Amino acid sequence: MQNTAAILFSAGAEISGATIPMTTTDMKEDGEPTRRDFIHIFGAATAVAGAGAVLWPLVDQMNPDASVLALSTKEVDLSAVAAGQAIKVMWQGKPVFIRHRTEEEIREAEETPLASLKDDDARNDNISGKADASDENRRINPNYMILVGVCTHLGCIPLGTTQGENRGEYNGWFCPCHGSHYDLAGRIRKGPAPENLEVPPYEFVSDTVVKIG
Amino acid sequence: MKFIAIARTLAFAAAALIAGAASAEASGGTAKHPEHQHWHFSGPFGTYDKDALQRGFQVYEAVCANCHGLELVAFRNLGQKGGPFYLESCPAGVPDNIDCSNPNDNPIVKAIAANYKYKVVDGPDDSGDMFDREALPSDRIPGPYANEQMARAANNNALPPDLSLITKARHGGADYIYSLLVGFEEAPSTINIAPTQHYNPYFHGDLSQNLKPEFIDEHGHPREGIEVPVGGVLAMAPPLSDGMIEYGDDSPQTVEQYARDVTEFLMWAAEPKMEARKSLGVMSMIYLFILAAILYWSYRKVWSKVDH
Amino acid sequence: MSHPSTYKPGTGIEKWLDKRLPIIRMGYDSFVDFPTPKNLNYWWTFGGILAVCLVIQIITGIILAMHYTPHTSMAFDSVEHIMRDVNYGWLIRYVHSNGASMFFLAVYIHMFRGLYYGSYKEPREMPWILGVVIFLLMMATAFFGYVLVWGQMSFWGATVITNLFGAIPLIGDDIRTLLWGGFSVDNPTLNRFFSLHYLLPFAIFGVVGLHIWAFHIPGNNNPSGVEIKDVKKDTVPFHPYYTVKDGFAIVVFLILFAAFVFFNPNALGHADNYIEANPLVTPPSIVPEWYLLPFYAMLRAITFDIFFIPAKLGGVITMFSSILVLFVLPWLDTSKVRSMRYRPIARMWFILFVIACIALGYLGGKPAEGNYVLFAQIATAYYFAFFLIILPLLGLLETPKPLPKSIAESVLKNKADASAGAQPAPAE
Repeated sequence: MQNTAAILFSAGAEISGATIPMTTTDMKEDGEPTRRDFIHIFGAATAVAGAGAVLWPLVDQMNPDASVLALSTKEVDLSAVAAGQAIKVMWQGKPVFIRHRTEEEIREAEETPLASLKDDDARNDNISGKADASDENRRINPNYMILVGVCTHLGCIPLGTTQGENRGEYNGWFCPCHGSHYDLAGRIRKGPAPENLEVPPYEFVSDTVVKIG
Repeated sequence: MKFIAIARTLAFAAAALIAGAASAEASGGTAKHPEHQHWHFSGPFGTYDKDALQRGFQVYEAVCANCHGLELVAFRNLGQKGGPFYLESCPAGVPDNIDCSNPNDNPIVKAIAANYKYKVVDGPDDSGDMFDREALPSDRIPGPYANEQMARAANNNALPPDLSLITKARHGGADYIYSLLVGFEEAPSTINIAPTQHYNPYFHGDLSQNLKPEFIDEHGHPREGIEVPVGGVLAMAPPLSDGMIEYGDDSPQTVEQYARDVTEFLMWAAEPKMEARKSLGVMSMIYLFILAAILYWSYRKVWSKVDH
Repeated sequence: MSHPSTYKPGTGIEKWLDKRLPIIRMGYDSFVDFPTPKNLNYWWTFGGILAVCLVIQIITGIILAMHYTPHTSMAFDSVEHIMRDVNYGWLIRYVHSNGASMFFLAVYIHMFRGLYYGSYKEPREMPWILGVVIFLLMMATAFFGYVLVWGQMSFWGATVITNLFGAIPLIGDDIRTLLWGGFSVDNPTLNRFFSLHYLLPFAIFGVVGLHIWAFHIPGNNNPSGVEIKDVKKDTVPFHPYYTVKDGFAIVVFLILFAAFVFFNPNALGHADNYIEANPLVTPPSIVPEWYLLPFYAMLRAITFDIFFIPAKLGGVITMFSSILVLFVLPWLDTSKVRSMRYRPIARMWFILFVIACIALGYLGGKPAEGNYVLFAQIATAYYFAFFLIILPLLGLLETPKPLPKSIAESVLKNKADASAGAQPAPAE
């Protein structure tokens, strides 16, 4: 393609030789463009730069648009969720798991040694900066474990929220796609998933009403 | 100088196109030509006057919104770049971690949405019922009526049009909207109009059917010397009156000022990306003229040794 | 025009490819080393401009389709969603909507150029006929695209145009129902128009390929209308001579284009199309986009029955005939001289023809009443007379001016004229 490039920039000094005697003097022996070809190179470069600038809007239009970026928040009333139960709500097109944990479950999650975790990062959107994946860093109110219900492996929805579903070996959630086991704080314990389940940004508006987002 | 000839031809073609487009507009009915106004947003460098937009939104909410929706505009739009309440940086007292240039976090927009005169209907809730809640920046601005039937029932069977695009959806654009708002008049003595209707010389209509019987001859034509008045009748009563809205700044509180402000606001609502469009346009034009000059030079050089 | 290939594959990859699929050779022979008459004027740059228009429309169209929803309850809102929320959506949509106008502006200039310089005459009938096919496809595409916006003018334009088919005797109603997929313009209609609007540009792209192929067989026509006698004296290679000239013309055209997109994007549109479609309310006047106005004027000019043909059908036949007559133009024009430069009388009639077309465009935007109809009838009559009477007769009656012996000679003569007289050269 060297040839084609030379044609583009040399204003056809070589190829026109056959039909019309002209710009051959503009060309040095080695084919390097001379000062007189500058304007053609400049023209082509300016056109290419313009085409590059046009490319940006054509690509950027695929990014999330303003209505998608306008994060909608979601308020959920948890008063009807009894200890031991869990619910699933939709937020930003994704399921969010909210489990009302029993005292025993909280203790189990809190007593899990950090050394036994596969991923030691809190993965909590409410904590800026680095934090370890202790149960304290994965929650706001110990009673409620709130997680984005998307397996960190390849995006399936783990089982374990609805009564009677397989909760995996660690009594939390189990992803049936490729066998990832999460514990009661949504931390990955076994299987191919690389990270703990994400904790979405949320705050408690009252004792039992949580605002996600 | 063929280049000049072609440029002239293109310019002529463009002028012909614009004239053609303009000629396609006028037809059907008669109306007074809208009063030409000088707008802050006119011309290739025109921008919106932020203060006017803010006052215009105030007029919209206080007056227009009683009957007209603005369903294509979301609260967040008010705080986007080029919008009435856009903030480059946060006012004092807002926590550091909030980016006020993001319309969704703009505190003014949040407050406007939460305190807006209409609530947003959301739902269904867990028991299957719809419920009202305070608006969020992400919500479209709620209108006065839930549906067309309700709007008609409340307005003698007339349907107040949505205002989101009104300045682009009417011939004459902003000039027309302004003229209509300030142009209500006492109906001419030659016509009869229903008590629910209001005469406006700028409104497109045909008043030949409204002539009083004494001005019509036996063939149904107007009698000699009697002319059918220009304009038409519409269901909207004159919406503005002097002093009806208290402005926060020292702008005059007159019908003319209210009309100008709300028209500017509605122009923004219809064309919120106008400022970005024009500034990108200026840059594009500069680029294209430079490129044209370079290419013309290059062209002259390539052809310099050929008779053509 | 056929010429010995001068392409020499440079690299190993090019040599390898050249033996198997000589696509670079084809491009080189057609767009780099193609012998092109050296006297082509700026009217010849519109071919390149049109290629750019087509590419712009296809690219922006594909992008718009990523955000558009072809459903009656969401189409209008989705267009506004593009204008308000999508990143640079306003730019892409305004480029697309104004691009249609620019496309037609360029194609009309291109067609008038072909008419004036006799580019449709033997041996160039195929480029002309394929060009008319492209024009028909463009009109269909533009019409479908305008409906997608689902504004008042979209809806009522679609209603009026599809109702034209109802004028066809016996099967008209069935055809109309078939087009609609129902009993009026509605969601099924919108869906199929979206599908066709996406499809047809690629058909245009294909026919454009044939169009270019077809005129590369005899080679370009030129302002003198005289064929190439001596490749050395009469032609220059396409690159760089015409790439740079076309490039310059394209940029000048883009300036006009950008002026509309950035500073007056709605000047060519109709205000009513910013009102969402409402099947219960007809706008006071229904007018198509400016580029279809001449044909709309012809449609409405037939206000009388012609023998047993009712006026409605007559209008439809007239409108479609105005394009069909272009297909047979190469055989209607009896003159052997191509360029009207050397046909002073034909040139007068041609200028009158251009005026008639512009007048039809103007009248198409006026209400169909009174003198407007009369003028439209006169202009329509002239439109057909030009093709069916004037061009066939003139070829037999007119004495053309002496033709130059070659392109090179015509160039030299032009130069001598220009330097001798203070009179500027005609803008050709």
